[in-house]
Amino acid sequence: MSCCSPAYDLAVAEEEAVASADPQREELRRAGRGGEDGTVTYVFSVPAIHCGACLATVERALTPLPGVLSARANLTLRRVTVVLDRAEVSPVPIVETLARIGFPATPVDLGDLDQLGRERQSTRLLIALAVAGFAAANIMLLSVSVWSGAQAATRDLFHLISALIAVPTVAFSGQVFFRSAFSALRAGRLNMDVPISLALLLALGMSLAESLTGGTEAYFDAAVTLTFFLLVGRYLDQRMRERARSAVLGIARLAAKGATRVEGGSLSYIPLDEVEPGMILRVPAGGRMPVDARVLAGESDLDRSLVTGESAPVLATPGMRVEAGVLNRTGPLDVEALTDTRHSFLADIMAMMEAAETGRGAYVRIADRMARLYAPAVHILAAAAFLFWLIASGGDWYHALYTAIAVLIVTCPCALGLAVPVVHVIGASRLFEAGILMKDGSALERLAEIDTVLFDKTGTLTTGTPRLAATDIAEGRDSDAARALAARSTHPASRAVVEGLPEGADLAVLDAREVPGCGVEAKIDGRLARLGRPSWVAEIGSPGLGAPETSGLAFAFSGGRTAHVALEEALRPDAASTIAALERAGLVPELLSGDAEAPVRRVAEALELARFRSGQTPADKIARIRALQAGGARVMMVGDGLNDAPSLAAADVSMAPASACDAGRLAADFVFTRDSLDAVSFAFTLARRARALVRQNFALAVLYNAVAVPLAMAGLVTPLIAAIAMSASSILVVANSLRLSVKDRAGRGAAAAGPAQALPPRTERAARAPAVAA
Amino acid sequence: MNVLLLLVPIALLLGLTGLGAFFWALRSGQYDDVDGAAWRILEDEADKPDA
Repeated sequence: MSCCSPAYDLAVAEEEAVASADPQREELRRAGRGGEDGTVTYVFSVPAIHCGACLATVERALTPLPGVLSARANLTLRRVTVVLDRAEVSPVPIVETLARIGFPATPVDLGDLDQLGRERQSTRLLIALAVAGFAAANIMLLSVSVWSGAQAATRDLFHLISALIAVPTVAFSGQVFFRSAFSALRAGRLNMDVPISLALLLALGMSLAESLTGGTEAYFDAAVTLTFFLLVGRYLDQRMRERARSAVLGIARLAAKGATRVEGGSLSYIPLDEVEPGMILRVPAGGRMPVDARVLAGESDLDRSLVTGESAPVLATPGMRVEAGVLNRTGPLDVEALTDTRHSFLADIMAMMEAAETGRGAYVRIADRMARLYAPAVHILAAAAFLFWLIASGGDWYHALYTAIAVLIVTCPCALGLAVPVVHVIGASRLFEAGILMKDGSALERLAEIDTVLFDKTGTLTTGTPRLAATDIAEGRDSDAARALAARSTHPASRAVVEGLPEGADLAVLDAREVPGCGVEAKIDGRLARLGRPSWVAEIGSPGLGAPETSGLAFAFSGGRTAHVALEEALRPDAASTIAALERAGLVPELLSGDAEAPVRRVAEALELARFRSGQTPADKIARIRALQAGGARVMMVGDGLNDAPSLAAADVSMAPASACDAGRLAADFVFTRDSLDAVSFAFTLARRARALVRQNFALAVLYNAVAVPLAMAGLVTPLIAAIAMSASSILVVANSLRLSVKDRAGRGAAAAGPAQALPPRTERAARAPAVAA
Repeated sequence: MNVLLLLVPIALLLGLTGLGAFFWALRSGQYDDVDGAAWRILEDEADKPDA
């Protein structure tokens, strides 16, 4: 792979490789949409696409496949749209090809896609923006002639033409503001859109009256440029949100969408919501439990890391109860459904998430907090100006009203409307470069305020994949044999062995078979060799040196010495330096894990984390967050598991790796797609800088008002001055916001570096990441 | 003065033409992948957005 190596969590890549090879092709086929001309369109979400070279790589790889009419990759949405010429062509080769070239893909549910399209506001805003831009340019042209001295009939004509353009434009493009202001007023609140709408309507109304009566001063240009500038802010904000949402929605779905039912010896594929308690289901190796179930038959290892946070695989035994979402690793299992989808563990978690999320709704964005002060102040000033002039001019209604409206127009929060979105959009694109997706701007505001960071362990502080810590396998033949055996299995422990042992001679392996829950065995040079659970390996080998170990793996030739392999949980790259950086920034890091105390303590010690809690259930985690929040702390949660999802929703702000479960990614405000935990401190630093810039912007806007308002109240503002002052303040605010895109010179190298700095080779990465023995 | 009766409509017409061209571009999918388009220009292969 070129510069495009996605820094994509390996556990996910593995899972998807397994998932794409699994026989549920029917599920894949259902993702296609048939066209009228017999073609079928598939949309795949490919989160690994992140640069121009990726587009070409993907398209070049897919176009020559049989039956492919066209393949087009979309960098903005990280999707690939493939058109196949007939419904009979299988989409499976597409997924396999993409996985082979390093772009794991999942079909996008077209229901989700349609919904996303319907909700797609940004196109509507873009059209409104274009109309406002057109109108602003033309009215400005006419206004310039008026300002440069057009007289009498010419001036009136120009005003009327301006009115003809401005009124429909504001009616069309200004709807966004009117609607929002209306709903705010109906709810008894004030937001920024209230003074905006008021200023737009009053400016338009007054200018209309002025031009119809042959007056000299009309504010059509102000009303329309105001609409234009404000729509720029709205559009940028909306686009950022949509992009992040579609990217998050797109990252591989881990939950099963259907289940294979076993009925009288025949298998049938049924949609998930038709599963009922008592049904017998078959879960293939690599599949996830569709509902809570009891194991009936089969042998396999279960990976519960995403569900409960336990790092070690669990052996499935008949009669065992398994939660929905647990990954079945090594062999097919027949299970009896205990619940339907609405009452499964997954559904419970969802319900907890919804309950937890209500707390966050109380957050008020900076702009709205400003509006609560700003809107009444402006309205009082305008009223004061009206009363003053009414008295001072001895009852000249027209002049007093005119001055009051001028105050409203001049103070219209044009710069305020841009102050926040421009900073957030630039912040989002900086984060995006560093592989972090942000859901919306308020997350950046909330992130800047945190003082406590809670981490989950498995999959967050650790990579979730084990690696080899130590082994006493003799070098040479034994080592080569163990490696050859391990290569026959996709179990994470086997992969750790393949990567951990030095490359050696290729040995001929005969009769290799994987015994679910035990390990791999095969004949090598005519002798039986086993790699797997120590107790199972000890059946054929003689006891090794030292005490027989119960954890880790063992390897032996029949009759030979039993050698042991110790595995450890690899820490995420930069985990230690991130924790240290967060502490330096004055934050309190804490570890909350669902795993047992021993592994949690080891990780905490390796990272020098003083505060940690083990054996936490989802409810415990929420309780801990609530307790911290009750003590006045602002809490950030970083986690990936299903058991973390409710706490991700409950925390003030949350972050999840791309390898997290669906629920976790949807609940998190930030999703980071690279391996390094550095993303956490990078996002935090950026959020702090963004907050500083937003504050500066507000200060600039207030400064502008401090100059403009007295002028307006004194009745000295003309349309020309208003136009210049308003544009100047907007440009100043945008220019100041652009400073966020200037990269810091010192530090921040790793996370700030662009896509060119890809994932280092595995061995190097493993060596760099400190580790703890598991 | 009379020249205005000609020039103002011309100015508006030109503006409307630009607006129309923009809507056409929007509808034909040229704004669907703004980031991708920035990269595609660097590709040597003949390439055009599909409708």
